[in-house]
Order: sequence, then C-alpha cells, then structure tokens
Amino acid sequence: MAAKAAAAPVAELTGPLAVLKEKFPEAVKPGDFEGAVIANESLVEAATFIRDELGYDYLSSVTGVDYPAANECEVVYHVFSTKHNGAPLVFKARTPRDNAVVPTLEGVWPGADFQEREAWDLMGIKFEGHHNLKRILMWEGFQGHPLRKDWKEAYYEQDNKPFDSRWPGGHFQRGEERTPFGDNVNFPANFDPAVYTSGADAAIYDRVKSMDAAAGGILTPAERNGNGNGNGHVAADGYVGPDQPEENIETDHLVVNLGPQHPSTHGVFRMVVTLEGETIRHLEPVMGYLHRNHEKIGERNTYIQNMPFTDRLDYLSSMSNNFGYALAVEKLMGVKPPERAEYIRVIMAELTRVCNHVWAIGFLLNDLGAFFTPALYGMQERELILDLFEAASGSRMMCNYFRFGGVARDLPAGFVETARELVFERLPRKIDDFERYLSDNEIIRARCEGAGVLTAEDAIKYSAAGPVLRASGVAYDVRRADNYSIYDRFDFDVAVRHHGDVYDRYLLRLDEIRQSIRILQQALTQLPGGEIQTGKKQYSARVPAGQAYGRVEGPKGELGFYVVSDGTANPYRYHIRAPSFINLTALGPMCINQKVADAVIILGSIDIVLGETDR
Amino acid sequence: MYGSGIIKGMGVTIKHFFESFIEDFRYLGRGGRYSDQYMAARQGPKTTGIFTVQYPEEKLPVPENFRYIPFLVFDTQKNEDRCTSCGICAKVCPPQCIWIVRTNDPKTNRPVPQPADFHIDATICMSCGLCAEFCPFDAIKMDQDYELSSFERFNTLVYGKEKLTRPDTYHASIHPGDWARELQEKEEAARKEAEKAKAAEAKKAAAAAAAAAKAAEAPKAPPAA
Repeated sequence: MAAKAAAAPVAELTGPLAVLKEKFPEAVKPGDFEGAVIANESLVEAATFIRDELGYDYLSSVTGVDYPAANECEVVYHVFSTKHNGAPLVFKARTPRDNAVVPTLEGVWPGADFQEREAWDLMGIKFEGHHNLKRILMWEGFQGHPLRKDWKEAYYEQDNKPFDSRWPGGHFQRGEERTPFGDNVNFPANFDPAVYTSGADAAIYDRVKSMDAAAGGILTPAERNGNGNGNGHVAADGYVGPDQPEENIETDHLVVNLGPQHPSTHGVFRMVVTLEGETIRHLEPVMGYLHRNHEKIGERNTYIQNMPFTDRLDYLSSMSNNFGYALAVEKLMGVKPPERAEYIRVIMAELTRVCNHVWAIGFLLNDLGAFFTPALYGMQERELILDLFEAASGSRMMCNYFRFGGVARDLPAGFVETARELVFERLPRKIDDFERYLSDNEIIRARCEGAGVLTAEDAIKYSAAGPVLRASGVAYDVRRADNYSIYDRFDFDVAVRHHGDVYDRYLLRLDEIRQSIRILQQALTQLPGGEIQTGKKQYSARVPAGQAYGRVEGPKGELGFYVVSDGTANPYRYHIRAPSFINLTALGPMCINQKVADAVIILGSIDIVLGETDR
Repeated sequence: MYGSGIIKGMGVTIKHFFESFIEDFRYLGRGGRYSDQYMAARQGPKTTGIFTVQYPEEKLPVPENFRYIPFLVFDTQKNEDRCTSCGICAKVCPPQCIWIVRTNDPKTNRPVPQPADFHIDATICMSCGLCAEFCPFDAIKMDQDYELSSFERFNTLVYGKEKLTRPDTYHASIHPGDWARELQEKEEAARKEAEKAKAAEAKKAAAAAAAAAKAAEAPKAPPAA
C-alpha cells in the first residue's frame, strides 16, 4: 500500500510503448515502475495494435494486482514476440476496486482464456465479453476472492510472516485450537452446507452439451469431413464412422467425466468430454482440486521464505522453479550471482530438464499402455540425477537450493566427477537406448502420429509454451529468445519439430535432452572456482520497491514469476505464470475430433504437474 | 518391415534383463553384487542393470547435506545449549513451525541467552533447512532420521525441547564436514583471541616498561601520595 504512494510513474515511454503512445495519445499513460497504462475503452483496440502492428503475438501472463489504498485493481499483461526476441512489452489496465471490470482480450490472444478466469476467480476482476467467466481454481459458490488484500484465510493469524506469536513468547498452540473450524467461516443467511449443491457441475454439463459450432465446440458435419482419421466412410450428413450407413441410427451426445480420480490424469484433474460415439466433440478441463492459494501464501511470506514453497509448484523440477523466482527477485534487488554460482545454476537447471523429460516420456508411454517398463527406465536415470541433487542440496525433490545472488551451498566433493560420468558417458548412451527402444515402435507411431495436432498459429494463439510450442514448429525458447543467466555462453540448438502431434512432442523431448546434455558437458568443463554468493547471505532480503517479471525456460515451458515489491520484507504481489496451467488452454482444441482414448495421450504429451496447475 | 521397430525395442528390454545378471557374475567371486561393500558401485552411474534396494532391510546411506527435521545442538564441553533464543530460526521458518520462549531473568526481567522452551511442529515442518542455514550460533542443525511415522498425530509429532536436543557428538557423527568447519572456525577464533590477548599483554608490558623508565628518569619527582 505504501508502494502506491511512493511509486512514481515511469518518466517517459520508450521503444514500442512510444509507438503505442503515438497511436493512442489519449488512452496511453505511463505506468508505475514499468509499462504503460491503457484506458479500458481503447484496451482491445490497443491490444490488437500491439499484436498486429508491433508484432507481440504471444501473450505470456495476465494477472491482477490489488491496491486497496488507491481503491483500484490493476491488470498487468506481459506480451512477447515469437518473431523478434527480447524483453516483454508490459501494459496495464486499471479499474475501480468495488466494480472491477476490464474488457476481455480473449479475442486478441485466446491464450488469455484461463488466465482471465483465474484473475476473476482469485482477484475478482470481471472480464467483460469473456465467453465463460467461471471460477477456475476455487469451487463455484466460494465466497470472496482470495487474492484481494482484505481476504483472510481460515486459519488467519497475521498479515505477514514472521508471526509475532512465535518469538519471544512462543508458547506452542495449534492453528486449530486458536481458530476452531467454523469460527471464521461465514455462511450466507439460510445456507445449509449439508444440502447445498453449487450447480456448477450441472452447469458444465448443460453448457458442453449445448455447445454448437458457433461456440467453437462441436463442429458442423461439413467441418467434420476434414477430420484426418482417414479410417472411415463419410456418411451423407458428414458423419465419419465405420463403413456402414448410419443415418438411421438415433445418436445422442454423451457427457463423460474423465477424472478427477483417473489414472491418466497424473493427479487430481478432470476432463469433461462430450462424446459422439468414441469421438470427442468437446472437452473442458476442470481443475483446482489441489489449489492451496500458493500466491496468497507467497504474499504473507518474506522473500526468502518463498524459495522452498516454489519447490512445491512443479515438484518434478524444483531447481527450475527456484531459478525463476531467484531471477525475479534478483532483478528487483539488482544483484548478480558470481560466476561459479551461475554455472552451478545452469548445471542444476539442465539436469532438472533431463529428469523431467525422461519422466514425461516414461509416463506418456504409461498412458499409451506400455505399463511402467519405459517409465522405470526413465526413472533409473532420474534416480542418478536426484542423487546428485541430494548430495548438493540435501533433498532429492524439494531442493530449495537457490538464494538471491547465489546458491545455498557449494558443490560437495565428488559431485563434478559423478556428474561428468553421467553426462559424458551414461546419459548419451541411455538416450540412444531410449530412441532405439521407442522411436520406431510401430504401435507408438500408430497411436501418436497425427494425434492431437496443434498448428504453429494455434500454439502461439493459445499461449502454449515449452515442448508443446516447439513441437508445433515455433522455435521459441526463453534461453535463446530472452537470454538469462549465462545461457549465451553455451553452444546449443533450440530443438524444434514441425508436425505438432503427440509423436513430435515425444521426439522433441528427446532432442531437448540431447541439447541439455550438450550444455551440461560445456558447463561442467568450464565450471570455474570461487565464491558462490554475492554479498553476505541474509535471512531478510532487502528488496527495493519495484516490479519485475523473471522468466526461465522450465522443462514444462515458460515459467514466469511476477513480483511486486513495496519495499517491505514481504512481496506485495507474487504471481506465477505456470506453464502446466496455461498449456491446458490448448487441450480442448487439440482433442476435438480425436478418439476418447487419445485424449489421455494428448494430456500426457502436454506433460502437466498438478502442483503447478492448481497452485 | 512392419514390426521391426517393436522387435528392436524388445531387444532393448532383453538387454536390460540380462545386464543385471551379467553384473551379478562380475561380483560372483567377491561376495555378490548385493553385499554391502558394493552398495556405492551399484548405485553409481557406472552400474548396469537394476539398482533397486530392498527397503527397510537395506537402506541407502544419505549424504551429509541430507536434511530432515531440525534438532538442537547441546554443547557437551560447556554443558549448555548452544541456542541463545535469538529467534532468527523462528523468523526465517517458512511454515512458521518453530516456537521459542525466551528466558527472562526473574529479577531484572532482562533476556537471558537460553531458551525456556522450544517447540517444533514436525507435522508442519517442510524440512527446508533455512533455520540451520541462518543460525548464527550453529545451534540448530538438520537431522537425518527420516523414519518418523507414528500412530498418533497430535502429541508425538510436536517436538519439545527435550526431544529436540541432541549432543554435539551426534551432530559431529552425521555432519563430519560441517563439524570440521566448526572446529576450524573455533581454532581460528581462539588463535585470534590469543593473538589479541598477547598483543594486549605486550602493550601492557610496554606501557609498564615505559612507566618504569619514566619513573627511573624522574626519581626526584615528589611522591604522588
């Protein structure tokens, strides 16, 4: 809140923002710390201009920030260009807090769909014109918007950590004793939780059943003709099916829930599919079962306390999560880690990528029915990498290894030797083994080739990131496009494949492992000695007021941390652009006209982790 | 040929199947691959074939950095807690599971560097290790005992001061590297202290000598008394 008073708008808009200002002199004003504030009336028009004329075709992040002191909410957009590399274009929209309404940008960047729903759900900002502005992480019927600054959770103790009750008079008391359940749960009048049903499920079923072509759900018969399955005869009405005329059979659309408890969903995740026979006509992902309001926890935490919490986002690649968060806060603090720490960071991040991809490939094969043999072959290699993580950081998965301006501790004795043995000898051999084992397998090819095709245009449109984007022929990798840390020193290629189907996503992950091994070989050879921490390590980081967006190329895709600091010990706003979450925007479109069995492998090929999806 | 890819793939699985046995033969005359002394080799990157471990009969050794729930170090030489209840661990703890009651002197009501009570709620602790990392007195360290399951949730898993306190010999046994660093730092500090004392003594001696010289030079000065 102090930030709002102290924050001065940027003096002058430069670069592309100046062009924008020239085009919309009335509507565009400089924002606080960074970016431009665009008036709501011209937001859609300006966004279209940004996309078409300025070339920023990729919407990375949409989020809200609540400023009760100024009585307004701010929506912050980060857009990038897949054609020219470089920093983001940041623009914002402001709206009064009590009636927060902003026009939707879904029409300009369809990838805004889930992110705008999330901002509505958690921040209470309405996006006018959004086709399905429903809660996405919380349940329908939930009271309030948890990321508003005045919202308090069930066991609320104090606005910011550290809590005063812990020291010096820290007499132990359980949260449940302090606030017995129900004490701060408010029910509306005449509300009986025992009989309440939200009606949200029924609403979903009704909606998806009545989907018509105009809503982008079920295709018309003429459109269906283009279905690439190629294994059936096309009936008079355009129905593609087995070689029998089926005009006379009465059929109905069937709504089926895949999940939330379903082995194929890699967690607690639900897909509501509308089926016509075995063919998917519409698919809607339903998530939030693992939601824990990570961002609110993050705003109550101090800066350093967030580091171990980031481990729990995508729990398969905690080192990458640490990396993104450390970058964002370092941007604010203006510190740079020493050489050795930079190398250690790259080594850890790339080992994580190898880990994640062997796991993803293994479990994709599980989804395909190759029960656990490939997954365990992948896990074997992962196991050796986790041993290295454990030796360096103390934990196999919840590494908590990065610090602002360095890493937690130096590499232990024997680390480099073991890592060298791995990346020079064992991993290249094992990846070749994987290739021999799976890539030519006729069953895999028959199942995966042509399944879940996402074109390059669609991939960009839906803000798909990481392997999903690159398998569709868009060579966009944050490590190259918006260089961070020391990735510019290494010789590696951005892996890219062009068919955009499940098979290409599988192959692309193998390609990426090979590229990661190349980086690792160079990094381990060049690893310098010296310090691992800039300045003295402090338990309370001093972060000046400001806003920063730190992003890394995580194994799942672009992982971004948007941190707003007001100069106090706790982040004012802490938002995560979660690739697992945003990649699901493309899941529905990818599954249309596929067989229901293929929905499972299409989801597997996106490679989501629910810890990150639901946050 | 259709199906050649599948056959090739099966070749890989059969190779994996035999690899374990080949390694078994290599260790045959030396007590077998599964004997304890080959644990490290079996788990390392050079191994071929499977490397599963039959937990709980077999356990993997944990590296020194391995961290699981903190404990308090008790200084057996000085016979006191190292903890001074400064509260840094409670302030840095991300899930806020550390509760410290500071001791106050009953007479003056001033803080005494001893914790009156110390609780860690192990059901909430996320084993991140920040407390141990930022403790300025090396008083809180991460334990390595990961078998904490209990039949009861509320009483057994909230650790009080007695349960948390371990002798520094235990700390030395599980963290030999860290212990060596501590000893070195202590030595360094002792050396500095000694140097300082020596310097002070020398200064004092010099001053005394100077005073004596002065006294000798001015014997005719009237007595101070």
